[in-house]
Formats: sequence, C-alpha cells, structure tokens
Amino acid sequence: MNLIQKEVEKCDSLSGFFIIMSMAGGTGSGLGAFITQKLQDQYSSSLKMNQIIWPYGTGEVIVQNYNSILTLSHLYRSSDALLIHENDAVHKICAKQMNIKQISFRDLNQVLAHQLGSVFQPTYSEDGSFPYRRDPLGDLMEHLVPHPEFKMLGVRNIPQMSENSLAYSTFTWAGLLKHLRQMLISGAKMEEGINWQVRPPLSGLPPLGKMSVHKDLHLNTSVANLVILRGKDVQSADVEGFKDPALYTSWLEPVHAFSMWKTQRAFDKYEKSAALVSNSQLLVKPLDMIVGKAWNMFASKAYIHQYTRFGMEEEDFLDSFTLLEQVVASYGSLGP
Amino acid sequence: MTQSVVVQVGQCGNQIGCCFWDLALREHAAVNQKGIYDDAISSFFRNVDTRVVGDGGSISKGRISSLKARAVLIDMEEGVVNEILQGPLRDVFDSKQLITDISGSGNNWAVGHKVFGSLYREQILEKLRKSAEHCDCLQCFFVIHSMGGGTGSGLGTFLLKVLEDEFPEVYRFVTAVYPSSEDDVITSPYNSMLAMKELNEHADCVLPIDNQSLFDIISKIDLVVNSGKLGTTVKPKSLVTSNMGAVTKRHKKPFDAMNNIVANLLLSLTSSARFEGSLNMDLNEISMNLVPFPQLHYLVSSLTPLYTLADVNIPPRRLDQMFSDAFSKDHQLMQADPRHSLYLACALIVRGDVQISDLRRNIERLKPALQFVSWNQEGWKTSLCSVPPVGHSHSLLALANNTCVKPTFMELRERFMRLYKKKAHLHHYLQVDGMEESAFAEAVSSLSALIQEYNELDATKSMPVPDVPRLSVAM
Repeated sequence: MNLIQKEVEKCDSLSGFFIIMSMAGGTGSGLGAFITQKLQDQYSSSLKMNQIIWPYGTGEVIVQNYNSILTLSHLYRSSDALLIHENDAVHKICAKQMNIKQISFRDLNQVLAHQLGSVFQPTYSEDGSFPYRRDPLGDLMEHLVPHPEFKMLGVRNIPQMSENSLAYSTFTWAGLLKHLRQMLISGAKMEEGINWQVRPPLSGLPPLGKMSVHKDLHLNTSVANLVILRGKDVQSADVEGFKDPALYTSWLEPVHAFSMWKTQRAFDKYEKSAALVSNSQLLVKPLDMIVGKAWNMFASKAYIHQYTRFGMEEEDFLDSFTLLEQVVASYGSLGP
Repeated sequence: MTQSVVVQVGQCGNQIGCCFWDLALREHAAVNQKGIYDDAISSFFRNVDTRVVGDGGSISKGRISSLKARAVLIDMEEGVVNEILQGPLRDVFDSKQLITDISGSGNNWAVGHKVFGSLYREQILEKLRKSAEHCDCLQCFFVIHSMGGGTGSGLGTFLLKVLEDEFPEVYRFVTAVYPSSEDDVITSPYNSMLAMKELNEHADCVLPIDNQSLFDIISKIDLVVNSGKLGTTVKPKSLVTSNMGAVTKRHKKPFDAMNNIVANLLLSLTSSARFEGSLNMDLNEISMNLVPFPQLHYLVSSLTPLYTLADVNIPPRRLDQMFSDAFSKDHQLMQADPRHSLYLACALIVRGDVQISDLRRNIERLKPALQFVSWNQEGWKTSLCSVPPVGHSHSLLALANNTCVKPTFMELRERFMRLYKKKAHLHHYLQVDGMEESAFAEAVSSLSALIQEYNELDATKSMPVPDVPRLSVAM
C-alpha cells in the first residue's frame, strides 16, 4: 500500500486504479483480490477496474476453478468493474486471425495489449473544453456499469490480422461495424466464424423470449455497450445498428445503454479499427462452466485441505458459490 | 527465489545424492557462464569464502568463491560417505553437515528408527537448523532414501517427523526407492511397510521409484546405443544415464547409471523453481495441485527424453513424440500402469524451447486415452521452463497422481504378510528397545486404509459422471 500511495501522490487528478491479474494462480488471484479490497477501504472515492485473465478451460492449474470462483466473488464485492480476457479466446485469435504457428504467451499478451490499447488510448471528448477525453476510465465505468449486479465486461476488437494479410485488405466503417454488431449479437469472440443466423426479432413481433428455442440462435442481450472507432473518416461511420432496442435489456433506453468514442487517429497498424466493450451475457457461459466445475470438485471435497490449512473455511467457498450463482442467474434473466 | 535442502540418508540415499550434486553442478555450470553467484545457484548451493573459519564465510552475491551444497548427509556406516569425501566432490560438502556412525543398521528399520533416531536426534536437529539458517527462504526439504534397508528406511523416516515438528511450514518431498521383488534383503518387506506408515503420515509428497524400472530403462538405452542404430547421431553426453563430463570419474558401478536417472528427476522437478520460463511452477504448487487429499500423495514419475538425436532443429513431430513417450511405460520410474487406472491429477513439467501451444496441442491429443476422476476431468498442471537440461533441447517430466500405485502397495502388503504370518525375523525387531509388535499391526492398517482409499476412487471409474445439483438462487 505504501508503494501505491507514492504513485497516487504523484498524480494531479487520480481517476482510479487498473488492477491487472489472473484468476487461476495464487498470487494474482488471491493477492490481487486482497489488494482490491484494500484499495476499496483506503481510496473509496476512486474507481477500480480489474483486468482479469480467464484461464484456459483445460489445465493450466488444477485448482484454477477454485481460485477463480474465490477471486470473482471477492472482486464482485470490492471492485467496480471486471474487464475480462479469456485465454482460450485470445489463443484462437492468435491461431486463426494472426496465423501464428507456434503460439507463445508473448503472442497472447501482445493481442491482449492491443485490445487494451484500442480501448484506453485517447479519444475525442464530448464537450469542447478539451480535445481529448480526460477520464476514459471514469467515462467507461459510467457508461457500462449502470447497475452493481452487472459488472462483467468483455472486449472485442477488429480487425486483428497478421502483417501479411493486412497488406491485402481494405476496410470500410460499414463493413467493420456490421461485423462487430453481429459479433455482439451472436456472442462471437473473434471475427472468423461469426454465426450470421442469429438475428434480433423484427420490431412489432413479440420477442422470442429469454432463451430462444435453439441455443445456438440465442441473442446475446446487453446491459450496455461502448463502441470505439479509430481511423480516418471516422465521422462518416454509422452506428445506428447498435442502438436497436432489441439488443438491450428493457430497463435501459438505448440512448443510455449505448455510447461511442472516436478519434481520427489510427491505432497501431490498422487504418481503421473498431473496438467494442460490452456488458452483456457474453461471459455467462464461461462463468457458468467454471462455477459448475468448481462445484463438482467441491462436492467431493478434493483439495479443500490445501485451502483450510491457510485459514479458509468451507463457509467461504459456499459464500462464493452463492454470490456467483446469483450473478449467473441475473445475467441469464436479461431479456429485451 | 527459494532454497531447498537435500537430506540424503543411508547408502542408497547418499549414492543417489552424490549423483544429484554432480549433475546439479554440471547443469548450473552450463547455464551460468559468468561465474556469478545468482538466485538459481543459490537454490541448492551456498557461496562460501573458505578462508574464513567458522560460520562467517557466506557470501551472498558476486563471484562464485566456493560452492557448498545445501545438504545433510546421514549414514550409519562410514563407507559411502567416506568415499564421497575422498572423491572429487569432497569440496562441495561441508564437513560439518555429516552424521555418521560405524556399525550400520543391519537392514533393520527398528535399529535405524528407534536406536539411531534417539541417539542422533539432537545432532540431526542441529545440522538441519544450521542448513535452514543459511537459507533466506527455505521452501522444501528433499529427503532421499531407500525403503528396504535399515538406515534409509528407519532413520530417514524418523527424521520426517522431526522435520514436521521443527519446520512445519517447509515442504517435505521424499524420493523413496522401493525394493524390487528380487530384492536381496530378506527383511525389506518389514522395513518398507514400517516406513510406509511414516510416509503416509509425515510426508507432503512421495516420489516412489523402483530399481526394476530404472534397470529396464538402462537396458533399453544400452540396447539402442550398442546396436549401433544411432551411429554418430547420438550425443553420448546427452544420455540421461551418462556421467560423461562429470566431475567424478569413478569406476562404473552398477547403480551409477540408475542413480543418474533419479538425479535427473530431481533436477527437472526443481527446474522451474530455479530458472526462468513463461509459465513458472514453484515446489509448493506441485503439492497444491497434485495432492487432492492429504493421504494420496504418491506420484508416479516419468522422464523423457532418455537420449537426444543430434538434430538441433527438432520439428514438431519429435516434440510430440516426447509427450507420447512420457505416457508410455518405458519411461516410468516405477512399475505401474497409469493408462488403465484412474488419474487424480497430472503435472507436466516442460523444459526447453517449447511454447504453450505445443503443450496444449499435446494435452488435447493424449487426453482421450486417459481416464481422469470425475471431479477433476481437466486435472492438468503445467509448467514451462526455458532452460533445458544439459545436452538436450527440451525435456519433459510427468508426475501422475494415479490409482495405479495401488497394486504396488498391495504387493508390498502381500510380501509383508508372508513373512509376518510366520513371524520370521521378527525377534530382530522386537528386541530393539521401544519397538512393540503393535507397530507392525499399525503399519499394516495404515497401508490398508490407503489402499482402501484408492479402491473407492477406482470404483468410480466406470460410473457415469455424477450430476451434482447446483445451488439454486431466488430471483
């Protein structure tokens, strides 16, 4: 906390904290959650966003599901927003979009860093007082986390491709936004293999209900979305498609649920790029899976002695499960 | 970085230990070109200015002056330890870190445990404390001993309890060499059984090894090397059994090559704790991930490769072959059949130029053939260390917590009962002060309880994955 204090003192105007950690291990997950709690105690008026790495589904760490549910439940209580990156999804981007043959953690981290950059690099401010947005973290939280029960955010960013492919591609805002919108609706995590069958119900017709008949065609309902556009002619970009009420839950008007940031300045090597930060049902399935696996293991009491020897109790586990089941249910019941 | 202390007990323990230290020096010499004492070396070695008399000689940084192993050598006969002290490795061992006696334990667990235990308890404690004090952050004790003899088995397991009492926070990893069925020590079943109880209760993790498996590995290597199939492409230095380039150029004894394999095991186990990599794994993570229930801490190890071909740019196919080999019986250090038993957990410790995608691809490939327990279907723990072992471009150590150890334990119980029913040789044990017949009964029931736990897990093997109802929440 002393080190953090020193950094805080150097700031003119502290917006908040961005805590980067994983969920599967011990230090990032456990100590990360602990520090977040301490930040909540000591800097209660500052915002906290945790950037969380969701582990690969299969085996990085055997007790990763326990660590994950303990971390998520603690963060849900003390953090303001959770920006989640899934290793499996980033891995697929490296394999399919970036065409990397022997993927290393360095490759994964570069894709991740690119995604973060596409969100947090400067964009034009809304009011005329400063050319650039002064508090992206604050604005992001304000736009995307209207309700404390819904804190899980995911990032989608296109295009993402290897240098070689880039040389032969051209992009239009219309094309990019169309893909991005469909990624949002269908719950796709990358540009390749988007399911175009998923469509919002036509207005005038009764809604399909919370879960449509075919699981595959389930429309990903959002609480709030933020689209960030970077590149030339950005003022010509048409984002009307993202304001369709059918995409959102009923308790927010699209005008409040959707926001857009933009800048003419291109990002990285992409002449035009579009990012989507979304508070939606996108993370329910992974969360549900982790809770399920952790519960299964908990039922057999496996590995519990490893935790109790350091002062934890079974009660702590149960509390975590309860909280997360609640989150799963809340997100699951979102419907237009 | 953390430090570990090796405690080698008895003839077997000390002979393996000697190979280990030799190999460790070679490994660090290959990596550490500049001769600077760094964190990696400090995990197993102290840097000492030998001109300073007494304790003050430790140097924490800078050039390497004289390396001393973080080791305690214990044997109740003098032969083995004396040989070490007269050999080329003599300077690596601190003469104050030895405990020896003259007469030996006579292959009698009770003598090792009760007689020498009480006789040397204070001295042992003192040496252990000393070695712990020399560490900034002591994480683990590696205890090496055989199960069948008297000193290693008796005194070795005695000091486990001492370690548990005095250093409860420090992990206790035991490398235990189990007797083969043709073992020449008649009382080895008694010794092993009595030692098992101690391992059950006081060890955090046990790596059982048996001589038969090691011997089979050697034979296979010899066969391939001597048949000339490899020709000029095999680098003799790369043999996992080889001590070419070793500091010690002893006469080739029959156990040398076998001990080298175990030494390699220990080095690979600690590689990620010593060297950097993209996915580190410390020693506490091994215990955390591989021991789901306190009693079930026996890990079957397998090591690959056993030799390398001269090809430097090994295409992915060879890399994948390494993973396949780790799951074949030929590479196991213990006679067991994990493929047809139930996995509780599995760790893959990879060294060298291997990336996460290679690791994942191979796990996906091998998974379908292996059966994991229902509550741990994805029970894989992985680590990537960028520094390969000497002479190889990459290597893999697989540690499996698998019910396949059950038959070994059952056989042990079988051999024990054959002797015990006739009360053969029992008087040698009972005449030792403090040794009661109840100790035997307790040891058997401890082992039987362990076997029963494995039985219960095995019973779940063919059952469908139970559907545990989730918590339901009110909306």
